[in-house]
Amino acid sequence: MTTVRSGLRQGLIELRQSFTGGELIGNLFWPLATLVAIFLLRHRPVDGTELGLGTLVLPGVLGMFVALGMLLIVQHLTADREDGTLLRARAIPDGVRGYLIGKLVTVSATVLAYLAILLVPGMLVVDGFRLGDIAWPTLAWVLLLGLVATQSAGAILGALLRSSRGAGMLSVPILALIAISGIFYPVSALPRWLEWVAQAFPVYWLGLGMRSALLPDAAAAVEIGGTWRHLETAAVLGAWAVAGLVVAPLVLRRMARRESGSRVAERREQTLQRVG
Amino acid sequence: MIEVDGLRMRYGTRDVLHDVSFRARQGEVVALLGPNGAGKTTTIEILEGFRMRSAGRVTVLGTDPAHGDERWRARLGVVLQSWRDHGKWRVRELLAYLGGYYARYGRNMDPDELIAAVGLTDQAHQQVRRLSGGQRRRLDVAIGIVGRPEVLFLDEPTAGFDPQARREFHDLVQRLADEHGTTVLLTTHDLDEAERLAGRIVILSGGRIVADGTTAALARQIAGRDEVRWTLGGQRFIELTDRSTRFVFDLFREHGDSVADLEVRRSSLEDAYLALVRRAELSGAAR
Repeated sequence: MTTVRSGLRQGLIELRQSFTGGELIGNLFWPLATLVAIFLLRHRPVDGTELGLGTLVLPGVLGMFVALGMLLIVQHLTADREDGTLLRARAIPDGVRGYLIGKLVTVSATVLAYLAILLVPGMLVVDGFRLGDIAWPTLAWVLLLGLVATQSAGAILGALLRSSRGAGMLSVPILALIAISGIFYPVSALPRWLEWVAQAFPVYWLGLGMRSALLPDAAAAVEIGGTWRHLETAAVLGAWAVAGLVVAPLVLRRMARRESGSRVAERREQTLQRVG
Repeated sequence: MIEVDGLRMRYGTRDVLHDVSFRARQGEVVALLGPNGAGKTTTIEILEGFRMRSAGRVTVLGTDPAHGDERWRARLGVVLQSWRDHGKWRVRELLAYLGGYYARYGRNMDPDELIAAVGLTDQAHQQVRRLSGGQRRRLDVAIGIVGRPEVLFLDEPTAGFDPQARREFHDLVQRLADEHGTTVLLTTHDLDEAERLAGRIVILSGGRIVADGTTAALARQIAGRDEVRWTLGGQRFIELTDRSTRFVFDLFREHGDSVADLEVRRSSLEDAYLALVRRAELSGAAR
Protein backbone atom coordinates (compact mmCIF):
# COMPACT_ATOMS: atom_id res chain seq x y z
CA MET A 1 0.00 0.00 0.00
CA THR A 2 2.85 2.36 0.82
CA THR A 3 4.27 1.61 -2.62
CA VAL A 4 1.04 2.80 -4.20
CA ARG A 5 1.15 5.89 -2.03
CA SER A 6 4.76 6.57 -3.06
CA GLY A 7 3.76 6.14 -6.69
CA LEU A 8 0.89 8.58 -6.29
CA ARG A 9 3.17 11.06 -4.61
CA GLN A 10 5.68 10.79 -7.43
CA GLY A 11 2.92 11.22 -9.99
CA LEU A 12 1.56 14.36 -8.37
CA ILE A 13 5.02 15.92 -7.98
CA GLU A 14 5.87 15.21 -11.60
CA LEU A 15 2.51 16.55 -12.70
CA ARG A 16 3.22 19.79 -10.90
CA GLN A 17 6.64 19.90 -12.58
CA SER A 18 5.17 19.50 -16.05
CA PHE A 19 2.59 22.23 -15.53
CA THR A 20 4.86 24.89 -14.06
CA GLY A 21 7.66 26.99 -15.52
CA GLY A 22 8.98 26.35 -19.01
CA GLU A 23 7.30 22.97 -19.34
CA LEU A 24 3.89 24.55 -19.04
CA ILE A 25 4.32 26.24 -22.41
CA GLY A 26 5.26 22.98 -24.11
CA ASN A 27 2.37 21.20 -22.48
CA LEU A 28 -0.20 23.83 -23.39
CA PHE A 29 0.96 24.27 -26.97
CA TRP A 30 -0.58 21.19 -28.60
CA PRO A 31 -3.99 21.25 -26.94
CA LEU A 32 -4.31 24.98 -27.64
CA ALA A 33 -3.12 24.66 -31.24
CA THR A 34 -5.66 21.87 -31.73
CA LEU A 35 -8.34 24.05 -30.21
CA VAL A 36 -7.56 26.87 -32.61
CA ALA A 37 -7.77 24.47 -35.58
CA ILE A 38 -11.12 23.17 -34.38
CA PHE A 39 -12.36 26.73 -33.93
CA LEU A 40 -11.42 27.63 -37.50
CA LEU A 41 -13.09 24.49 -38.87
CA ARG A 42 -16.22 24.72 -36.78
CA HIS A 43 -18.64 25.77 -39.54
CA ARG A 44 -17.33 23.62 -42.38
CA PRO A 45 -20.18 21.25 -43.33
CA VAL A 46 -19.81 17.47 -43.47
CA ASP A 47 -21.84 15.23 -45.80
CA GLY A 48 -24.50 13.15 -44.15
CA THR A 49 -24.93 15.25 -41.02
CA GLU A 50 -25.95 18.74 -40.01
CA LEU A 51 -23.11 19.02 -37.50
CA GLY A 52 -20.12 21.18 -38.40
CA LEU A 53 -16.67 19.64 -38.87
CA GLY A 54 -15.43 21.19 -35.62
CA THR A 55 -18.21 19.50 -33.68
CA LEU A 56 -17.38 16.12 -35.22
CA VAL A 57 -13.63 16.46 -34.76
CA LEU A 58 -13.50 17.66 -31.15
CA PRO A 59 -14.52 14.35 -29.50
CA GLY A 60 -12.16 12.40 -31.74
CA VAL A 61 -9.34 14.72 -30.82
CA LEU A 62 -9.98 13.94 -27.16
CA GLY A 63 -9.53 10.29 -28.05
CA MET A 64 -6.33 11.14 -29.88
CA PHE A 65 -4.89 12.87 -26.83
CA VAL A 66 -5.67 9.81 -24.73
CA ALA A 67 -3.74 7.75 -27.26
CA LEU A 68 -0.86 10.20 -27.14
CA GLY A 69 -0.42 9.12 -23.52
CA MET A 70 1.32 6.14 -25.13
CA LEU A 71 4.03 8.41 -26.54
CA LEU A 72 4.35 10.21 -23.22
CA ILE A 73 5.03 6.95 -21.40
CA VAL A 74 7.61 5.97 -24.00
CA GLN A 75 9.34 9.34 -23.64
CA HIS A 76 9.37 9.09 -19.85
CA LEU A 77 10.76 5.57 -19.82
CA THR A 78 13.54 6.21 -22.31
CA ALA A 79 14.54 9.53 -20.75
CA ASP A 80 14.49 8.08 -17.24
CA ARG A 81 16.72 5.24 -18.29
CA GLU A 82 19.19 7.66 -19.80
CA ASP A 83 19.49 9.89 -16.76
CA GLY A 84 19.50 7.05 -14.23
CA THR A 85 16.09 7.65 -12.66
CA LEU A 86 15.12 4.06 -13.32
CA LEU A 87 18.34 2.74 -11.84
CA ARG A 88 17.70 4.85 -8.77
CA ALA A 89 14.30 3.19 -8.52
CA ARG A 90 16.05 -0.14 -8.72
CA ALA A 91 18.36 0.72 -5.84
CA ILE A 92 15.34 1.45 -3.61
CA PRO A 93 13.15 -1.28 -2.11
CA ASP A 94 9.92 -1.65 -4.15
CA GLY A 95 11.25 1.31 -6.10
CA VAL A 96 10.59 0.03 -9.61
CA ARG A 97 6.96 -0.78 -8.81
CA GLY A 98 6.46 2.62 -7.22
CA TYR A 99 8.17 4.29 -10.16
CA LEU A 100 5.86 2.63 -12.68
CA ILE A 101 2.75 3.45 -10.69
CA GLY A 102 4.01 7.01 -10.51
CA LYS A 103 4.50 7.16 -14.27
CA LEU A 104 0.97 5.91 -14.94
CA VAL A 105 -0.36 8.54 -12.54
CA THR A 106 1.73 11.31 -14.13
CA VAL A 107 0.76 10.42 -17.68
CA SER A 108 -2.91 9.75 -16.92
CA ALA A 109 -3.20 13.03 -15.06
CA THR A 110 -1.40 14.86 -17.86
CA VAL A 111 -3.81 13.33 -20.37
CA LEU A 112 -6.80 14.32 -18.23
CA ALA A 113 -5.43 17.83 -17.99
CA TYR A 114 -5.16 17.94 -21.80
CA LEU A 115 -8.74 16.76 -22.06
CA ALA A 116 -9.94 19.47 -19.72
CA ILE A 117 -7.96 22.10 -21.62
CA LEU A 118 -9.62 20.90 -24.85
CA LEU A 119 -13.08 20.17 -23.63
CA VAL A 120 -13.95 23.18 -21.51
CA PRO A 121 -13.14 25.92 -24.04
CA GLY A 122 -14.05 23.53 -26.87
CA MET A 123 -17.63 23.29 -25.71
CA LEU A 124 -17.86 27.07 -25.65
CA VAL A 125 -16.51 27.74 -29.12
CA VAL A 126 -18.00 24.77 -30.99
CA ASP A 127 -21.75 24.49 -31.46
CA GLY A 128 -23.77 21.45 -30.63
CA PHE A 129 -22.37 20.58 -27.20
CA ARG A 130 -24.18 20.82 -23.95
CA LEU A 131 -22.90 19.47 -20.67
CA GLY A 132 -26.27 17.84 -20.10
CA ASP A 133 -25.98 15.86 -23.34
CA ILE A 134 -22.69 14.18 -22.46
CA ALA A 135 -23.04 10.48 -21.73
CA TRP A 136 -20.71 10.52 -18.71
CA PRO A 137 -20.75 6.76 -18.04
CA THR A 138 -19.75 6.07 -21.65
CA LEU A 139 -17.05 8.73 -21.42
CA ALA A 140 -15.75 7.15 -18.21
CA TRP A 141 -15.40 3.60 -19.47
CA VAL A 142 -13.96 4.58 -22.82
CA LEU A 143 -11.47 6.79 -21.04
CA LEU A 144 -10.49 4.15 -18.51
CA LEU A 145 -10.05 1.34 -21.05
CA GLY A 146 -8.27 3.74 -23.38
CA LEU A 147 -5.82 4.92 -20.75
CA VAL A 148 -4.95 1.37 -19.70
CA ALA A 149 -4.69 0.07 -23.27
CA THR A 150 -2.52 2.87 -24.61
CA GLN A 151 -0.25 3.27 -21.61
CA SER A 152 0.49 -0.41 -21.17
CA ALA A 153 1.33 -0.53 -24.87
CA GLY A 154 3.49 2.56 -24.35
CA ALA A 155 5.26 0.94 -21.42
CA ILE A 156 6.07 -2.11 -23.55
CA LEU A 157 7.43 0.02 -26.38
CA GLY A 158 9.33 2.24 -23.95
CA ALA A 159 10.97 -0.79 -22.38
CA LEU A 160 11.98 -2.24 -25.74
CA LEU A 161 13.37 0.96 -27.24
CA ARG A 162 16.99 1.62 -26.48
CA SER A 163 17.20 5.38 -26.54
CA SER A 164 15.23 8.58 -26.56
CA ARG A 165 16.12 8.89 -30.22
CA GLY A 166 14.16 5.69 -30.81
CA ALA A 167 11.27 7.28 -28.94
CA GLY A 168 11.41 10.25 -31.29
CA MET A 169 11.22 8.00 -34.33
CA LEU A 170 8.26 6.17 -32.87
CA SER A 171 6.10 9.25 -33.27
CA VAL A 172 6.13 8.78 -37.06
CA PRO A 173 4.13 5.53 -37.16
CA ILE A 174 1.89 6.81 -34.37
CA LEU A 175 1.06 9.96 -36.28
CA ALA A 176 0.36 7.83 -39.34
CA LEU A 177 -1.99 5.74 -37.24
CA ILE A 178 -3.77 8.85 -36.04
CA ALA A 179 -4.06 10.11 -39.61
CA ILE A 180 -5.98 6.98 -40.67
CA SER A 181 -7.97 6.66 -37.46
CA GLY A 182 -11.05 8.58 -38.47
CA ILE A 183 -10.46 11.41 -36.08
CA PHE A 184 -10.17 14.15 -38.66
CA TYR A 185 -12.45 12.65 -41.30
CA PRO A 186 -14.63 9.55 -41.40
CA VAL A 187 -12.72 6.29 -41.64
CA SER A 188 -15.19 5.10 -44.27
CA ALA A 189 -13.57 7.56 -46.68
CA LEU A 190 -10.42 5.42 -46.64
CA PRO A 191 -9.63 2.42 -48.86
CA ARG A 192 -11.06 -0.80 -47.46
CA TRP A 193 -7.73 -2.28 -46.28
CA LEU A 194 -6.70 0.91 -44.46
CA GLU A 195 -10.07 0.90 -42.78
CA TRP A 196 -9.22 -2.53 -41.38
CA VAL A 197 -5.76 -1.46 -40.29
CA ALA A 198 -7.24 1.52 -38.46
CA GLN A 199 -9.73 -0.69 -36.67
CA ALA A 200 -7.00 -2.99 -35.36
CA PHE A 201 -5.57 -0.20 -33.20
CA PRO A 202 -6.98 1.58 -30.15
CA VAL A 203 -6.81 5.10 -31.63
CA TYR A 204 -9.80 4.59 -33.90
CA TRP A 205 -11.91 3.09 -31.11
CA LEU A 206 -10.95 5.85 -28.70
CA GLY A 207 -12.14 8.41 -31.24
CA LEU A 208 -15.34 6.49 -31.87
CA GLY A 209 -16.00 6.00 -28.16
CA MET A 210 -15.49 9.67 -27.47
CA ARG A 211 -17.82 10.68 -30.30
CA SER A 212 -20.45 8.33 -28.96
CA ALA A 213 -20.17 9.92 -25.54
CA LEU A 214 -20.23 13.54 -26.69
CA LEU A 215 -22.29 13.72 -29.90
CA PRO A 216 -26.02 13.28 -30.39
CA ASP A 217 -27.00 9.77 -31.50
CA ALA A 218 -27.92 11.00 -34.97
CA ALA A 219 -24.23 11.63 -35.61
CA ALA A 220 -23.63 7.86 -35.63
CA ALA A 221 -25.00 7.88 -39.18
CA VAL A 222 -21.55 8.71 -40.60
CA GLU A 223 -19.81 5.87 -38.71
CA ILE A 224 -19.13 2.38 -40.08
CA GLY A 225 -22.41 0.46 -39.90
CA GLY A 226 -24.22 3.64 -38.90
CA THR A 227 -24.01 2.85 -35.14
CA TRP A 228 -21.64 3.61 -32.24
CA ARG A 229 -20.62 -0.07 -31.94
CA HIS A 230 -20.11 0.08 -28.16
CA LEU A 231 -19.64 -3.65 -27.88
CA GLU A 232 -16.86 -3.72 -30.44
CA THR A 233 -15.26 -0.65 -28.87
CA ALA A 234 -15.18 -2.31 -25.46
CA ALA A 235 -13.92 -5.55 -26.99
CA VAL A 236 -11.01 -4.01 -28.91
CA LEU A 237 -9.91 -1.56 -26.22
CA GLY A 238 -10.38 -4.28 -23.60
CA ALA A 239 -8.27 -6.73 -25.60
CA TRP A 240 -5.46 -4.19 -25.89
CA ALA A 241 -5.72 -3.41 -22.20
CA VAL A 242 -5.59 -7.06 -21.13
CA ALA A 243 -2.75 -7.92 -23.50
CA GLY A 244 -0.84 -4.87 -22.28
CA LEU A 245 -1.38 -5.70 -18.63
CA VAL A 246 -0.10 -9.24 -19.20
CA VAL A 247 2.93 -8.40 -21.33
CA ALA A 248 4.02 -5.05 -19.84
CA PRO A 249 5.15 -6.36 -16.42
CA LEU A 250 7.27 -9.06 -18.10
CA VAL A 251 9.00 -6.61 -20.42
CA LEU A 252 9.40 -3.97 -17.73
CA ARG A 253 10.91 -6.45 -15.30
CA ARG A 254 13.45 -7.46 -17.91
CA MET A 255 14.22 -3.82 -18.63
CA ALA A 256 14.74 -2.99 -14.94
CA ARG A 257 16.89 -6.06 -14.38
CA ARG A 258 19.31 -4.94 -17.06
CA GLU A 259 19.93 -1.53 -15.56
CA SER A 260 23.30 -0.87 -13.93
CA GLY A 261 25.56 2.07 -13.36
CA SER A 262 27.86 1.11 -16.21
CA ARG A 263 24.90 0.87 -18.56
CA VAL A 264 23.71 4.34 -17.65
CA ALA A 265 27.25 5.65 -18.15
CA GLU A 266 27.47 3.90 -21.52
CA ARG A 267 24.23 5.44 -22.72
CA ARG A 268 25.32 8.86 -21.57
CA GLU A 269 28.50 8.50 -23.58
CA GLN A 270 26.49 7.60 -26.68
CA THR A 271 24.22 10.58 -26.14
CA LEU A 272 27.19 12.90 -25.75
CA GLN A 273 28.76 11.57 -28.93
CA ARG A 274 25.53 12.17 -30.78
CA VAL A 275 25.30 15.73 -29.52
CA GLY A 276 29.01 16.50 -29.90
CA MET B 1 28.36 -8.46 6.32
CA ILE B 2 30.05 -8.84 2.95
CA GLU B 3 31.70 -12.07 1.87
CA VAL B 4 33.24 -12.57 -1.53
CA ASP B 5 34.85 -15.87 -2.46
CA GLY B 6 36.46 -16.70 -5.78
CA LEU B 7 34.43 -14.10 -7.66
CA ARG B 8 34.90 -14.20 -11.42
CA MET B 9 33.44 -12.04 -14.13
CA ARG B 10 33.80 -12.63 -17.82
CA TYR B 11 32.60 -10.45 -20.69
CA GLY B 12 32.68 -12.46 -23.87
CA THR B 13 36.16 -13.95 -23.85
CA ARG B 14 37.72 -11.36 -21.56
CA ASP B 15 37.97 -11.95 -17.83
CA VAL B 16 37.62 -8.73 -15.90
CA LEU B 17 37.67 -10.29 -12.43
CA HIS B 18 39.82 -13.27 -11.54
CA ASP B 19 39.27 -15.09 -8.29
CA VAL B 20 38.46 -12.04 -6.16
CA SER B 21 37.97 -12.80 -2.45
CA PHE B 22 37.58 -10.46 0.49
CA ARG B 23 35.38 -9.76 3.48
CA ALA B 24 33.96 -6.78 5.34
CA ARG B 25 32.74 -6.99 8.94
CA GLN B 26 30.06 -4.91 10.60
CA GLY B 27 31.01 -1.27 11.09
CA GLU B 28 34.13 -1.70 9.01
CA VAL B 29 35.05 0.76 6.26
CA VAL B 30 36.74 -1.12 3.44
CA ALA B 31 38.25 0.61 0.43
CA LEU B 32 38.52 -1.13 -2.91
CA LEU B 33 41.55 0.67 -4.26
CA GLY B 34 42.88 0.40 -7.77
CA PRO B 35 43.58 2.19 -11.01
CA ASN B 36 40.83 2.76 -13.56
CA GLY B 37 39.76 -0.44 -15.25
CA ALA B 38 40.87 -2.60 -12.34
CA GLY B 39 37.36 -4.03 -11.91
CA LYS B 40 36.24 -1.99 -8.90
CA THR B 41 32.92 -0.89 -10.33
CA THR B 42 32.15 -4.34 -11.70
CA THR B 43 32.79 -5.81 -8.25
CA ILE B 44 30.61 -3.31 -6.46
CA GLU B 45 27.80 -3.66 -9.02
CA ILE B 46 27.77 -7.41 -8.45
CA LEU B 47 27.52 -6.84 -4.71
CA GLU B 48 24.69 -4.35 -5.21
CA GLY B 49 22.80 -6.98 -7.19
CA PHE B 50 22.84 -4.89 -10.37
CA ARG B 51 25.01 -7.30 -12.32
CA MET B 52 25.22 -11.07 -12.61
CA ARG B 53 28.55 -12.72 -11.89
CA SER B 54 30.13 -15.50 -13.92
CA ALA B 55 31.32 -17.59 -10.97
CA GLY B 56 32.13 -17.51 -7.29
CA ARG B 57 30.27 -17.17 -4.02
CA VAL B 58 29.03 -13.76 -2.92
CA THR B 59 26.87 -12.84 0.05
CA VAL B 60 25.84 -9.43 1.31
CA LEU B 61 24.02 -9.46 4.66
CA GLY B 62 23.84 -13.23 4.33
CA THR B 63 22.02 -13.10 0.98
CA ASP B 64 23.24 -13.76 -2.53
CA PRO B 65 22.79 -10.39 -4.28
CA ALA B 66 21.64 -12.18 -7.44
CA HIS B 67 18.56 -13.34 -5.51
CA GLY B 68 18.12 -10.46 -3.09
CA ASP B 69 14.50 -9.46 -2.43
CA GLU B 70 13.11 -6.04 -1.58
CA ARG B 71 13.46 -6.63 2.15
CA TRP B 72 17.16 -7.27 1.58
CA ARG B 73 17.46 -4.23 -0.64
CA ALA B 74 15.93 -2.07 2.09
CA ARG B 75 19.01 -2.76 4.21
CA LEU B 76 21.45 -1.50 1.57
CA GLY B 77 22.49 1.95 0.52
CA VAL B 78 23.84 2.54 -2.97
CA VAL B 79 25.77 5.54 -4.23
CA LEU B 80 26.90 5.10 -7.81
CA GLN B 81 29.66 6.93 -9.64
CA SER B 82 27.43 9.55 -11.15
CA TRP B 83 23.76 10.32 -10.90
CA ARG B 84 21.88 12.88 -12.95
CA ASP B 85 18.39 11.71 -12.08
CA HIS B 86 15.44 13.65 -10.65
CA GLY B 87 16.87 16.97 -11.83
CA LYS B 88 13.55 18.77 -11.59
CA TRP B 89 12.83 17.61 -8.05
CA ARG B 90 13.57 19.69 -5.01
CA VAL B 91 16.06 18.34 -2.49
CA ARG B 92 13.76 17.90 0.48
CA GLU B 93 10.88 16.71 -1.64
CA LEU B 94 13.05 13.99 -3.19
CA LEU B 95 14.43 12.78 0.14
CA ALA B 96 10.96 12.69 1.71
CA TYR B 97 9.62 10.80 -1.30
CA LEU B 98 12.43 8.23 -1.40
CA GLY B 99 12.31 7.86 2.39
CA GLY B 100 8.68 6.83 1.97
CA TYR B 101 9.80 3.58 0.36
CA TYR B 102 11.66 2.62 3.53
CA ALA B 103 8.79 3.53 5.86
CA ARG B 104 7.20 0.09 5.67
CA TYR B 105 10.53 -1.40 6.72
CA GLY B 106 10.66 1.07 9.61
CA ARG B 107 14.00 2.42 8.46
CA ASN B 108 13.33 5.86 6.99
CA MET B 109 15.24 8.85 8.30
CA ASP B 110 13.65 12.21 8.92
CA PRO B 111 14.38 14.27 5.79
CA ASP B 112 15.32 17.44 7.66
CA GLU B 113 17.71 15.57 9.92
CA LEU B 114 19.24 13.94 6.89
CA ILE B 115 19.58 17.23 5.02
CA ALA B 116 21.32 18.75 8.02
CA ALA B 117 23.63 15.74 8.30
CA VAL B 118 24.90 16.20 4.76
CA GLY B 119 24.99 19.99 5.05
CA LEU B 120 22.33 20.85 2.49
CA THR B 121 19.96 22.81 4.74
CA ASP B 122 20.35 25.96 2.65
CA GLN B 123 19.58 24.00 -0.51
CA ALA B 124 16.60 22.07 0.88
CA HIS B 125 14.13 23.73 -1.47
CA GLN B 126 16.43 24.08 -4.44
CA GLN B 127 16.01 22.04 -7.61
CA VAL B 128 18.42 19.12 -7.77
CA ARG B 129 19.81 20.17 -11.16
CA ARG B 130 20.86 23.53 -9.73
CA LEU B 131 23.14 21.98 -7.10
CA SER B 132 26.92 22.20 -7.49
CA GLY B 133 28.88 19.01 -8.11
CA GLY B 134 29.80 18.61 -4.45
CA GLN B 135 26.28 19.35 -3.25
CA ARG B 136 24.83 16.88 -5.73
CA ARG B 137 27.22 14.23 -4.45
CA ARG B 138 26.20 14.89 -0.87
CA LEU B 139 22.59 14.54 -1.93
CA ASP B 140 23.52 11.19 -3.50
CA VAL B 141 24.96 10.09 -0.18
CA ALA B 142 21.86 11.37 1.62
CA ILE B 143 19.73 9.22 -0.69
CA GLY B 144 22.11 6.33 -0.07
CA ILE B 145 21.53 6.53 3.68
CA VAL B 146 17.86 7.58 3.76
CA GLY B 147 16.95 4.00 4.72
CA ARG B 148 19.57 3.74 7.51
CA PRO B 149 21.49 1.07 5.60
CA GLU B 150 23.46 -1.67 7.30
CA VAL B 151 25.74 -1.81 4.28
CA LEU B 152 26.58 1.26 2.23
CA PHE B 153 28.23 1.05 -1.19
CA LEU B 154 30.04 4.12 -2.45
CA ASP B 155 31.49 4.04 -5.95
CA GLU B 156 34.16 6.74 -6.45
CA PRO B 157 32.33 8.99 -4.03
CA THR B 158 34.60 12.03 -4.21
CA ALA B 159 35.57 12.14 -7.87
CA GLY B 160 35.58 15.79 -8.91
CA PHE B 161 35.53 17.20 -5.36
CA ASP B 162 37.57 20.15 -4.20
CA PRO B 163 39.69 19.49 -1.07
CA GLN B 164 37.18 21.18 1.24
CA ALA B 165 34.24 19.13 -0.06
CA ARG B 166 36.38 16.03 0.16
CA ARG B 167 37.22 16.63 3.81
CA GLU B 168 33.54 17.18 4.70
CA PHE B 169 32.61 14.07 2.85
CA HIS B 170 35.20 11.99 4.68
CA ASP B 171 33.86 13.24 8.01
CA LEU B 172 30.36 12.23 6.98
CA VAL B 173 31.36 8.68 6.05
CA GLN B 174 33.41 8.35 9.22
CA ARG B 175 30.42 9.37 11.33
CA LEU B 176 28.21 6.82 9.61
CA ALA B 177 30.57 3.98 10.39
CA ASP B 178 31.34 5.12 13.93
CA GLU B 179 27.92 6.19 15.14
CA HIS B 180 25.62 3.87 13.24
CA GLY B 181 27.80 0.82 12.78
CA THR B 182 27.26 1.00 9.03
CA THR B 183 29.51 -1.25 6.99
CA VAL B 184 30.93 0.83 4.17
CA LEU B 185 32.49 -0.48 0.98
CA LEU B 186 33.89 2.27 -1.18
CA THR B 187 35.91 2.27 -4.36
CA THR B 188 38.55 4.84 -5.10
CA HIS B 189 41.66 5.23 -7.18
CA ASP B 190 43.01 7.68 -4.65
CA LEU B 191 45.31 6.05 -2.10
CA ASP B 192 45.16 9.07 0.14
CA GLU B 193 41.40 8.79 0.39
CA ALA B 194 41.59 5.06 1.06
CA GLU B 195 44.12 5.63 3.84
CA ARG B 196 42.07 8.38 5.41
CA LEU B 197 38.73 6.63 5.35
CA ALA B 198 39.23 2.92 5.42
CA GLY B 199 40.18 0.63 8.23
CA ARG B 200 41.11 -1.85 5.60
CA ILE B 201 42.26 -1.51 2.01
CA VAL B 202 41.81 -4.10 -0.71
CA ILE B 203 43.96 -3.30 -3.72
CA LEU B 204 42.57 -4.45 -7.02
CA SER B 205 44.60 -4.36 -10.19
CA GLY B 206 43.85 -5.97 -13.52
CA GLY B 207 40.90 -7.80 -12.00
CA ARG B 208 42.96 -9.41 -9.23
CA ILE B 209 43.44 -8.62 -5.58
CA VAL B 210 47.09 -7.77 -5.13
CA ALA B 211 46.98 -6.76 -1.46
CA ASP B 212 44.50 -6.75 1.41
CA GLY B 213 45.00 -5.44 4.92
CA THR B 214 44.87 -2.54 7.36
CA THR B 215 46.73 0.55 6.31
CA ALA B 216 49.54 -0.22 8.72
CA ALA B 217 49.78 -3.86 7.70
CA LEU B 218 49.71 -2.88 4.08
CA ALA B 219 52.57 -0.48 4.64
CA ARG B 220 54.54 -3.26 6.31
CA GLN B 221 53.53 -5.80 3.71
CA ILE B 222 54.18 -3.90 0.52
CA ALA B 223 56.04 -0.73 1.40
CA GLY B 224 59.71 -0.80 0.49
CA ARG B 225 62.59 0.15 2.79
CA ASP B 226 63.51 3.64 3.90
CA GLU B 227 66.36 5.34 2.08
CA VAL B 228 69.20 7.02 4.03
CA ARG B 229 71.70 9.25 2.22
CA TRP B 230 74.72 10.96 3.71
CA THR B 231 78.25 12.06 2.89
CA LEU B 232 81.34 11.15 4.81
CA GLY B 233 84.72 12.65 3.97
CA GLY B 234 83.39 14.01 0.68
CA GLN B 235 82.01 10.65 -0.38
CA ARG B 236 78.30 9.94 -0.95
CA PHE B 237 76.55 6.97 0.59
CA ILE B 238 73.08 5.46 0.15
CA GLU B 239 71.63 2.77 2.35
CA LEU B 240 68.23 1.05 2.17
CA THR B 241 67.01 -0.09 5.55
CA ASP B 242 63.91 -1.22 7.44
CA ARG B 243 64.97 0.64 10.56
CA SER B 244 66.19 4.03 9.44
CA THR B 245 66.15 5.68 12.89
CA ARG B 246 68.33 2.99 14.41
CA PHE B 247 70.63 3.09 11.42
CA VAL B 248 71.16 6.84 11.71
CA PHE B 249 71.82 6.53 15.43
CA ASP B 250 74.51 3.94 14.75
CA LEU B 251 75.90 6.08 11.99
CA PHE B 252 76.44 9.03 14.30
CA ARG B 253 77.80 6.87 17.08
CA GLU B 254 80.40 5.51 14.74
CA HIS B 255 81.37 8.67 12.85
CA GLY B 256 80.26 11.52 15.07
CA ASP B 257 79.96 14.91 13.44
CA SER B 258 81.88 13.96 10.31
CA VAL B 259 78.57 12.73 8.92
CA ALA B 260 77.13 15.43 6.65
CA ASP B 261 74.21 16.05 4.24
CA LEU B 262 72.02 13.52 6.03
CA GLU B 263 68.73 12.71 4.32
CA VAL B 264 66.17 10.12 5.38
CA ARG B 265 63.36 9.30 3.01
CA ARG B 266 60.60 7.22 4.59
CA SER B 267 59.13 4.69 2.25
CA SER B 268 55.59 5.78 1.47
CA LEU B 269 52.61 3.60 0.93
CA GLU B 270 52.03 5.62 -2.19
CA ASP B 271 55.31 4.57 -3.79
CA ALA B 272 54.56 1.02 -2.80
CA TYR B 273 51.05 1.21 -4.24
CA LEU B 274 52.28 2.59 -7.53
CA ALA B 275 54.99 -0.06 -7.70
CA LEU B 276 52.44 -2.73 -6.95
CA VAL B 277 50.04 -1.53 -9.63
CA ARG B 278 52.86 -1.26 -12.13
CA ARG B 279 54.01 -4.78 -11.31
CA ALA B 280 50.49 -6.14 -11.70
CA GLU B 281 50.08 -4.38 -15.01
CA LEU B 282 53.36 -5.78 -16.29
CA SER B 283 52.53 -9.30 -15.30
CA GLY B 284 49.06 -8.83 -16.75
CA ALA B 285 50.57 -7.75 -20.04
CA ALA B 286 52.96 -10.68 -20.03
CA ARG B 287 50.12 -13.15 -19.57
